[in-house]
Amino acid sequence: MAPIPLDVEFVCDPRDVLAIFGPSGSGKSTILRSIAGLYRPEHVSVRVNGETWSDTESKVFTPPHRRAVGIVFQEYALFPHLSALGNVMTALGHRPSAERRPRAEELLRLVHLSGHQDRRPQQLSGGERQRVALARALAREPAVLLLDEPFAAVDRTVRRRLQDEIDELRRTLDIPLVLVTHDFDDVIRLATRLLILDKGKAVASGALTDLTSRADLPWLREAVGLGSVFEARVVRRDSQRGLLELAFDGGALFAADRSLESGTTVRVRIAARDVILATSEPPGLSLHNALPATVSAVADEATGDHVVVQMVVGSVLLLAEVTRDAIARLGISVGTRVYALIKSVSIAVTGPEAGASG
Amino acid sequence: MDWTALRVSLWLGAGTIAILLPLGVWFGRLLAVHQFRGKVLVEALVTVPLVLPPTVLGFYLLVLFGARSPLGQAFQSLVGQSLPFSFQGLLVASAIANIPFVVQPIQRGFEAIPSDVRDAAACCGLTPWQRFTRIEVPLAWPGILTAAILTFAHTLGEFGVVLMVGGNLPGETRTLSVAIYDRMQAFDDRSAGVMAATLLVIAVVTLMLTTTLSRRVGVRRG
Repeated sequence: MAPIPLDVEFVCDPRDVLAIFGPSGSGKSTILRSIAGLYRPEHVSVRVNGETWSDTESKVFTPPHRRAVGIVFQEYALFPHLSALGNVMTALGHRPSAERRPRAEELLRLVHLSGHQDRRPQQLSGGERQRVALARALAREPAVLLLDEPFAAVDRTVRRRLQDEIDELRRTLDIPLVLVTHDFDDVIRLATRLLILDKGKAVASGALTDLTSRADLPWLREAVGLGSVFEARVVRRDSQRGLLELAFDGGALFAADRSLESGTTVRVRIAARDVILATSEPPGLSLHNALPATVSAVADEATGDHVVVQMVVGSVLLLAEVTRDAIARLGISVGTRVYALIKSVSIAVTGPEAGASG
Repeated sequence: MDWTALRVSLWLGAGTIAILLPLGVWFGRLLAVHQFRGKVLVEALVTVPLVLPPTVLGFYLLVLFGARSPLGQAFQSLVGQSLPFSFQGLLVASAIANIPFVVQPIQRGFEAIPSDVRDAAACCGLTPWQRFTRIEVPLAWPGILTAAILTFAHTLGEFGVVLMVGGNLPGETRTLSVAIYDRMQAFDDRSAGVMAATLLVIAVVTLMLTTTLSRRVGVRRG
């Protein structure tokens, strides 16, 4: 493979999850490998927790084994000749030898693998291997946790559960987490910040909610479709009507029923294609959601017939993708008051599934 | 049955392994892990003893060991003995003839370790030496074992190089395979038969040992 020039710069705070998102071959993994010191780019500066790990300018290079870095590789890279416990204990060399075993057992308990500690990687399922890899990465007491496509090799159900666990985990860890992925589901579920990488260049970077509510990101539109992501809280489940009532900073939302407990904080994504605009509240609709909003931006791309309308609902920004004709017909411009009409099934809710973890 | 020849053969096999295995692990790993200019040439040179007729290899080794060569002179002045037609000379020749049998399986063994596993070991805080002893060697073990057994078996069976470099000195350079030839020349079919059978038994036992050990390694890893 021909080398791709990589040109990025970013900062990730403790407790933040920075998702580096982009197609394969865009240089995502190379960034992680450079942070870990496994790859030495021509020009690089890596500073973690006030410590300089790499700096080509001042010729500083700390070898990987002296960096407090936790990394979960795409294929997990477990040591095949060691048990789950042995794998985790290998990363505990910085602890006195008497502490290593109990600490490794504790970490395996944390990732719900207590019963499997004597198994070798070949005797574990994909999801279990991933957990061992996670426990091993945490064993190092890392100053930064790096996840390289951590869910690529597991099926959908396992993926959800692992996402829940990592989400839970990062709330208890006071370190930055960098996640590399080509699946936008991972981004929506876990990221707080987003860096979009294409052909080695940062297309955009910023807080997840800011980036997903921007109307002027054609790259994102082409890759995954536009759609704003924001947080909401589950108010209650109405199983009889098949609805899930959510509260967000802008009112109430009704989504299709999901097994989520009330009180849970979830992420909501509303695809711009699924939002219909109306200038007055239309009566007699099957829709559950008609949100009053004010247009804050209209992004008219030179190509195509579509226009992206950004609007404010409470403190949340929504996007709608409509035809140029509709804009003209309704006379929509910045400041216009509209109603955003959204079907309950078009509201994608992601959050910790009830009874899924544990 | 020439017990002295058997002893020389076994010593030669063990000595060759002792000399070659550490070097083979170092060099095989080097070829497996590092990419460098001229690697193809180095790999070809390593394989040369495998394809060269043993007599040709023996001839060049004799030239190399001779009193007029720097190596021959150095050995002569250090040990006070000449390399050709001595056990030491035979050992050095055997080590050179067995290079491909050691380096190739070990190289394959180290190559079979995914680079991510190597990287993970580094990120676990293991120093390069710890990575080598605790992760790489255990994982490359089947290759190292194969190398040792191939070398031993090949040394016992080597004939051309032994005769060229070592000659046929009882207790010094007369190995079992040379002794078989020697007995056949003297129309002593019975002794030749006994010794041939001995080599056959050793070969079968060696192979059984390899299979058992590699299977055990397989169980340990799987």
